[in-house]
Amino acid sequence: MSLDLTLRAAPTVPLEAEVLSPARLAGLSAAEAAKLPVVHGNERADVGDFFRIGGAADGQLDITGDLSMVKRIGAGMAEGRMVVHGSVGMHLGAGMSGGEIVVEGHAGDWVGAEMSGGRIVVKGNAGHMLGSARRGTPVGMRGGEILVFGNVGNEAGNGMRRGLIAIGGDTGDFAAVNMLAGSIVVLGHLGSRPGAGMKRGSLIAMHPAELLPTFSYACTYAPVFVRLYLRHLRRLGFDIADSQVNGSYQRWCGDGIELNRGEVLLFDAAGTASRG
Amino acid sequence: MLVRGVLIEDTFAEAFTMRVARLIITGRTPRWAREAALKLTGFATSVIGCKCEAGIERELSEGETLDGRPGVSVLFLTMDKESLPQQLIARIGQTVLTCPTTACFDGLPDVPDRLPVGKALRVFGDGFQGSKVVGGKRYWRLPVMEGEFLVEETFVMQKGVGGGNFLILATDADAALAAAEAAVAAMASQPGVILPFPGGVVRSGSKVGSKRYKKMIATTNDAFSPTLRGITESQLPEGVNSVLEIVLDGTDGPAIEAAMRRGIDAACRPGVKAITAGNYGGKLGPHHFHLRRIMGGAPRPA
Repeated sequence: MSLDLTLRAAPTVPLEAEVLSPARLAGLSAAEAAKLPVVHGNERADVGDFFRIGGAADGQLDITGDLSMVKRIGAGMAEGRMVVHGSVGMHLGAGMSGGEIVVEGHAGDWVGAEMSGGRIVVKGNAGHMLGSARRGTPVGMRGGEILVFGNVGNEAGNGMRRGLIAIGGDTGDFAAVNMLAGSIVVLGHLGSRPGAGMKRGSLIAMHPAELLPTFSYACTYAPVFVRLYLRHLRRLGFDIADSQVNGSYQRWCGDGIELNRGEVLLFDAAGTASRG
Repeated sequence: MLVRGVLIEDTFAEAFTMRVARLIITGRTPRWAREAALKLTGFATSVIGCKCEAGIERELSEGETLDGRPGVSVLFLTMDKESLPQQLIARIGQTVLTCPTTACFDGLPDVPDRLPVGKALRVFGDGFQGSKVVGGKRYWRLPVMEGEFLVEETFVMQKGVGGGNFLILATDADAALAAAEAAVAAMASQPGVILPFPGGVVRSGSKVGSKRYKKMIATTNDAFSPTLRGITESQLPEGVNSVLEIVLDGTDGPAIEAAMRRGIDAACRPGVKAITAGNYGGKLGPHHFHLRRIMGGAPRPA
């Protein structure tokens, strides 16, 4: 039986609720959980002021309601599983190192910023700065997986160093900007200037994209590692065609203004068709 | 014990503990996966001369491999922990890395005792290599002229069994060969087992050491050589004019036993007088495969 929190009073200003994490609530009674602190605007408040609490903690936390104004859910999370039946606000799972967060709705900006492990699943859209470095820090996501089935905003994977980001829809501008390593798979369309400033890492996309002139074309080939990623993502529920798994990809190296060891792999539908 | 008129001798095969790895080699087509596997397992019949023993376990369909391409499962064994990574690095580097379209993955259940094979091979990339982590496992991408070679960073090493065997004692060479071929066909694709010798069959069974040459660690098994019946202490029954041996290596004892049961049963055919096995009196190898118990279906002692 999981611990169930249901939003009963929607916050009028952003509610910072880092305590909404399986480990923080583990072993607490409903009354004890209700007393945990949150910050509502510039005022201190209790979890119980906003949530009705039921069930018992067993490592899984279920939260129901429109939490679009609730920030930092699962931030710093290290273990356990959390399912949000609704949408969430900014900084979901920021800095998390383990466990799994599933959001049935949409998520705000900064999902998984600087996370180092675990998995975040967003079934709807996510905002800007997905898996990114915070402003003023050079390194973003360091490990784990972020899976967004919808679209995302700008600067997904900014400064990303390790791990996997998968996006079922489109990205905003500057996907993989300043990327250091790791992999981003985009099944939809890329916005403008993808991979700008990337040093290493892979941005894999399924549609043609206009790349910066500091990216140079290398070849069209069928990388086996892409098959591994796509089959992995297919098992996780992404809609991936056989032609994408078996297909050819244009390899573009960049960014030439940086280390130039990054790559953008663009699915080559024409090459795939001719390859058979 | 008789099986269709063939005597199953009351003896046992004596086998040794070895170290084993399972490699999954995939390719663009079954042909190229097989080509790499054949080269990898070439000259790997016996640790006596080859320093390793290896063979194709079975072919894999697209649905059975990590990358969804056709593949081949290979078992690779050495006598000690140290030589397994050395042999794997040398052989994968020269045979799988070089073979068009292939990739190489670990095929054993995940355990902590892992060999950094791909990690060693990565330096062929001369600094242009890169790695990816998928599903918690790291893979190295090595740029090559054809495109890219993908190899898993580490491979599991576990204890295995080497030297399971049985001997087919036949009235003539044709009958021995037909029985051996039938046995090999029956044991083909048995999980956890390989037959490392050519076509799965050995004609030159050996004994430990030499009666004449001090430096030889293994010489012909004169007790089972028909041409020497009159001049050595022959163990061949009357009427036996040809002997062939089947040698089995595997991941564990039960896998070896299951394959031996199928192989011996298939070998019991016209022209075969008896089935026996090679051992050292039980003094060297910890694994004893008693033929009559195996063929009687009795459970294996714990």
